[in-house]
Amino acid sequence: MDLLTADQFQQLLWGMRTTIILFAVSWVMAFALALVLVVVRATEYRLCRWFVDGFVAYHRNVPLLVQVMFWYFGMPELLPENVRFWLYDHNAEFSFAAIALALGSSAYVAEDIRSGLRAIPNTQFEAASSLGCSYLQSMRYIVVPQALRISLPPLVSRALLLFKNTSIAMAIGVAELTYRTREIENMTFKTFTVFGIATVLYLIGTFTLMAFGSWLENRTRLDRKAAAK
Amino acid sequence: MNATVRDAAIVSFDNVSKWYGEYRALENISIDIPKGQVVVVCGPSGSGKSTLIRTVNGLEPIQEGRIILDGTDVHARKTDLNQLRQKVGFVFQHFNLFPHMSVLDNVTFAPIKIQKKPKDEARDFARKLLDRVGLAEKADTFPGFLSGGQQQRVAIARALALRPPVILFDEPTSALDPEMVGEVLLVMKSLASEGMTMVCVTHEMGFAREVGDRIVFMDQGKVILDDTPDQFFSKSDHPRVQRFLADIRREA
Amino acid sequence: MIEILQDYGLNFLVGQYPHGPLGGLAMTLIVAALGIVLSFPIAIIFALARISPYRSLRWLSKGVVNFVRGIPLLMLIFWCYFVIPIVTGYSVSGFTTLVVALVIYEAAYLSEIIRSGIEALPKGQTEASQALGGSYALTVRSVILPQALFNVLPGMTSQFISTIKETSLGYVIAVNELTFSANQVNNMLLTQPLQVFTILAATYFLVCFVLTRTLSTIETRIRRNRGMA
Repeated sequence: MDLLTADQFQQLLWGMRTTIILFAVSWVMAFALALVLVVVRATEYRLCRWFVDGFVAYHRNVPLLVQVMFWYFGMPELLPENVRFWLYDHNAEFSFAAIALALGSSAYVAEDIRSGLRAIPNTQFEAASSLGCSYLQSMRYIVVPQALRISLPPLVSRALLLFKNTSIAMAIGVAELTYRTREIENMTFKTFTVFGIATVLYLIGTFTLMAFGSWLENRTRLDRKAAAK
Repeated sequence: MNATVRDAAIVSFDNVSKWYGEYRALENISIDIPKGQVVVVCGPSGSGKSTLIRTVNGLEPIQEGRIILDGTDVHARKTDLNQLRQKVGFVFQHFNLFPHMSVLDNVTFAPIKIQKKPKDEARDFARKLLDRVGLAEKADTFPGFLSGGQQQRVAIARALALRPPVILFDEPTSALDPEMVGEVLLVMKSLASEGMTMVCVTHEMGFAREVGDRIVFMDQGKVILDDTPDQFFSKSDHPRVQRFLADIRREA
Repeated sequence: MIEILQDYGLNFLVGQYPHGPLGGLAMTLIVAALGIVLSFPIAIIFALARISPYRSLRWLSKGVVNFVRGIPLLMLIFWCYFVIPIVTGYSVSGFTTLVVALVIYEAAYLSEIIRSGIEALPKGQTEASQALGGSYALTVRSVILPQALFNVLPGMTSQFISTIKETSLGYVIAVNELTFSANQVNNMLLTQPLQVFTILAATYFLVCFVLTRTLSTIETRIRRNRGMA
């Protein structure tokens, strides 16, 4: 098996770094946006509900790659020329990839949070009210803590998918791990080595996320808490 | 107006009516409940008894009349319901404990988070209450590990933690297995013997006879009969009451 | 946009066909159908292996499934792209590569869905079948699988939709499917990327949305016919 030079290995690590940053940035944006979507969806206004439902349906039914392309190739047309040139000078690939990934994930994250909230019976709310809780207090102490527990497993697998989907950003030239892997493979033809290392790097990432997820689940599990006390 | 009765009453219904759309759930209810009384509300299902008790702490709105709780008009627009609810305990049919909190945290939740009482004081009092309902050793368990009867006793302790002058019970034993009914009734009886004002929606006629000061019988949203247990059981010749008692006996 | 559809609508639907290779939406649907049909039996085998009485089988299944779920589909596609020719000694078309990668990827995800369906079945079902003298094979075939598969229909539906969307990744290894065709059109037009990618997104949306709705309607109807609604 052909070994990589230190420089080539370094390049892969830089790719991994970009992958992780892209993941973190889009996950934070996705989560924040999802919270907004959930709140907007909960309002009484039919127009708000339609908007959110449409948003979610679009992002669930169009491939992520197409969403990324739409942002990178299509959207700049709507921007004023100077903004466009500024963007192209400032890592537009990364920005558009992050936006597309965040929007795509937010639709799913919002649905996960919403179904968690819906799983909490209204009687919990009544019980809190009967003790004198205001709406916000009931949500904060009673409903949200329980809903988050229910939403945790789907949110973890959603984060996992997002991490893996950052690889799609290579299609518009973001120099993340998959992109670098292809590049080095092209230059050196050390196919197995390069792809092997990249695969291991991805596995380290996903397994770390999985471990973190089950640590969180364990920590918030009720019977475990009871035993610890 | 009879001022003396009004003053003594801690809960009073003044010509209360409630509709669900066209359907009239409560019809011109007027009842005064003086301090220290144990009132048992009974009647066939759909008679409006649960609705009645849920209007007292504002879980259900009313369309007509007034409900005065400890001097405050429950349904007046300027009333702070959350403030008011701290003065009235509520025990649900299905307990509605908070599954993500330990038993102790369920009981201290309202005193600490809503009333902002010091934690130590709240915990001490909560442990006393748990001891009283016979569950001191379950303080650190989670509700999911308790039987129905135990959960309901915790729910009673949770309601008592706010030291309310009145406590409302909405069919507290009807979701329980028969062998667990007794333990909950025992706690309720001890509360009654200490002079707690209680309004209980229940089908437990033994409890009604033994500790009830008064039985309110409802049917189709109306109060049909409002009398002492002795009168209710011995002399009532109202056909609907007769049928109700016969049904209860057949089930038991 | 209507002009683009008049001039290039056929490219979106069938690619260069009949003057060149088949592509466009037709190719996307063919790849997706093959991916779904071929991954299904493999997924069942993996799910059964995962719950089999033999520890080695369980571990093997778990290892393969977790490995596949731990790396991006794009990585898997590249693995197949470079490895299949080396292993088999033949050069393989992008079409075959994409189908193979999709089948492996979808089988891993589908097997997890099917396993959750099997594990959610009450134990009494197995016991009832065994009490009647049913063998293991008969119990699995006639009692367990029909119920488990039906119960996880919603999960499988969304996995099928995912498969359709994921065929778009064939673009990066130049498989002549819908996304690739759209990019060809975009390169011919050069000046209207927003319109082209809007058409592309709308096409995917229509196909996936209509399919989701149809499948869930069918499921509801079966449920109602069986008195399960």
